[in-house]
Amino acid sequence: MVSPPFIYALLLLAAPMGAILLFSFWTQDFLTLDTTLTLNNYREFVEEPLYGVLLQRSLIIAAMVTLVTVVLAFPIAYFVSFHVAPERKSLWLFLITIPFWTSYLVRVFLWKVILGFNGVLNSGLLGLGLIDEPLTFILYNANAVVITLAHAFAPFAILPIFVALERIDRSLLEAGQDLGESRLMTFWRVTLPLATPGIVAAVLIVFIPTIGDYVTPRLVGGPNGLMIANMIQTQFLKLNNAPMGAALAVIAMVSVSVIALVFVWLNRKWLRVKQ
Amino acid sequence: MTPIITLTGVQKYYGDYHALRDVDLTINEGEFFSLLGPSGCGKTTLLRTIAGFENASDGVVMLGGADMAGVPPNKRPTNMVFQSYAIFPHLNVAENVAFGLRRRSDLSKQAKADLVDEALDMVGLQGFGGRAAHALSGGQRQRVALARALILKPKVLLLDEPLSALDKKMREQMQAELRRLQRQVGITFILVTHDQEEALIMSDRIAVMFDGRIAQVADPQTLYRRPVNRQVADFIGVMNFLPATSTASEDGVDVQIAGFGAASVASEQCPGGMPTGDASVGIRPEMMTLLFDGQPSEGAVAIGTVAERYYYGDMTYYEVEFEGVSEPVTLSMKNLVGRPVLERGDAARVAWDPRALVVFEA
Repeated sequence: MVSPPFIYALLLLAAPMGAILLFSFWTQDFLTLDTTLTLNNYREFVEEPLYGVLLQRSLIIAAMVTLVTVVLAFPIAYFVSFHVAPERKSLWLFLITIPFWTSYLVRVFLWKVILGFNGVLNSGLLGLGLIDEPLTFILYNANAVVITLAHAFAPFAILPIFVALERIDRSLLEAGQDLGESRLMTFWRVTLPLATPGIVAAVLIVFIPTIGDYVTPRLVGGPNGLMIANMIQTQFLKLNNAPMGAALAVIAMVSVSVIALVFVWLNRKWLRVKQ
Repeated sequence: MTPIITLTGVQKYYGDYHALRDVDLTINEGEFFSLLGPSGCGKTTLLRTIAGFENASDGVVMLGGADMAGVPPNKRPTNMVFQSYAIFPHLNVAENVAFGLRRRSDLSKQAKADLVDEALDMVGLQGFGGRAAHALSGGQRQRVALARALILKPKVLLLDEPLSALDKKMREQMQAELRRLQRQVGITFILVTHDQEEALIMSDRIAVMFDGRIAQVADPQTLYRRPVNRQVADFIGVMNFLPATSTASEDGVDVQIAGFGAASVASEQCPGGMPTGDASVGIRPEMMTLLFDGQPSEGAVAIGTVAERYYYGDMTYYEVEFEGVSEPVTLSMKNLVGRPVLERGDAARVAWDPRALVVFEA
C-alpha cells in the first residue's frame, strides 16, 4: 500500500484536490476563514449569472479551440505519417515541436504582435492593399484566444493522431481498394475509423487543459475573452476569497470531467472505437 | 483453355532496381497457378502488378481480355488475400466479409447477409459472423480473408504467401482446403509462395522466378522431373550435380559421368538444350538405390564410400563420396522392416538408372 507511487499520488494529486474540495465548502469571513461546512459558495455560483457566463464561455472557447486544433492537426499528422519518407519522420516531428522551445508566455506575446492593431498581420494586409483599415476582430476577444490556444496546442493534437495513423497496417488500405473502394472511400471506411483513438486522445488532451487556461485570455482575450480561470485567479488573489475560488475550480473540474466522459461514451457507442 | 491473364514484355523498375525483367506469361481460366521463387525474385511484385497496386514500367497486362493500363485496383476483376490477411480490426467477421458489398445497391440488406453467411459457410466459419476481428486465430483470419475476397466473385483470386504465417499442421490443412475451394468455385487462383513443396502440392502449373525473370513455366511433374536449368533444379527439391562430358548421339546425348560411368540419355532429358563437351548431370536422391550385402543389380552400379548419414525417421539420407566427384552425392532410402543401415566409412554400392538423369549445360 505505502509504495512510492502511492505516496506520490497521495501528496501531489489527492491532497491538493482534497484541499480544494474542502475549501469550497468553507466561507471567507472578511479576513478569517469560516470552517463551517456550507453550500453557500455553490449557491452563489447559481445565483450570480457572471460565473455561469464565464464557465459557458470557457466551454465554448475550449470547444472551438479543440475543433480548430484537431481539424488542422489531422492533415498534418496524415501528411507526416503517409507522405513523408520513413527516415524523415522523426525530423518532421522534431520540427513540429520547435515552438515549444520558447516559453508559453513568449508565444502568447508573439501572437499579440502578430494580431495587434499595428501588428504583423494588419500591416501586411494593409501593405498588400487587401484591407483599408486594420482588422479589429482578431485581438482582445475570444477569436484571439482561440487562435493563440490552437497554435499552442497543435503539437499535442498532432502527436496522438500521428501515432494512431502510424499504427494502421498499410495493407488494410490496399485491402480497402482491393475490395472495390476508391481511395477516398477507403479513407472514410478504414483510415478514419482506425484513427479515432488518436483523434479522441487529441480532443481530450486539447479540451481539458484549454478550459482552465489563464494566461492566454488574460493577455489577448480582452474583457470579452476572459474565462473561468481568470475569475478563479481573481477570487483567490484579488478578492481574497479562496473558498469561492475553490468552489469555481471544483465546478470547472466537474464540468470538464462530465463532458469528457460523455464524449468518450458517445464515441464508444456511435463511432465504435474498438481497441 | 481460355487465357484469363496475359502478360507481355512486362518490366518493372524501382529507380535503378529492375524488379521484373521482360515477363511473358499466360494464365488460364480456372487454373490454380503458382508463382514460385526465393524472396526478392519479383513474384510478389508480379502479383501486385496484376492486382493493380504496382504499375508496370513497360509491357502489357491483359485481364479478361481488357488492357489494365491505368486501371486502379478497385476497378479490376481481381481480389487479393494479403500476406498479413489485412482483416479490418474495427469490424467484426461479418462486416469484414461484407466490406466489398457496400457498392452492390442491387442487393437488399437480407440478400447481403445471406451472401455473407454463404461465404462463411464455404470457408468453414459458420456462426463466426459476430466474432470480433482480434478474437480470431491465424487460420481463422485467413478464412475470413478468403471469404471476403470470394464473396465478390472475382475472375482471379490472388494469394500473397497466404500460408507462410501458419504452423505446419495448419498449413497442410489449409493447402488441402484451398485446393478444394478452388475446384468448388472454379475461378483462377494465383498463389505466390517461396515454398516449393507447397507449389508442387497445390498447383496446376507453376512459374519459377529468379531475379525478376521467369525461368520456367510447367506443371509440377515436368518441373520436378525436367527442370530447364540447374538453378530451377536446385530450387525444386534436392538434386545432385555430377560433372560429365557429353557428345551428341542419334536421339539425345551420350554422357561420361564422373564416378558413375557412361550413359545414353534421350533428348527429352535435356530440357534446357543438348550440351556438347562439358556438361552437368543431375540426379535426385530418391532415384538412386543402395544395394545391401551383395544384392544383385540389373542396371548400372557406382561404387563409393558413405561420408555421412542422416536419420529422418521415415527416411535415411546418405552422403556418398565417389572418386572424381568433389561434392558428396546425396541419396535417400526408405526405412523398411529389415533394411540394414550403412555406417560412415562403409563401402556403398549405388544402383542408378540413366532414365532418371537430367543433363544441363556445365
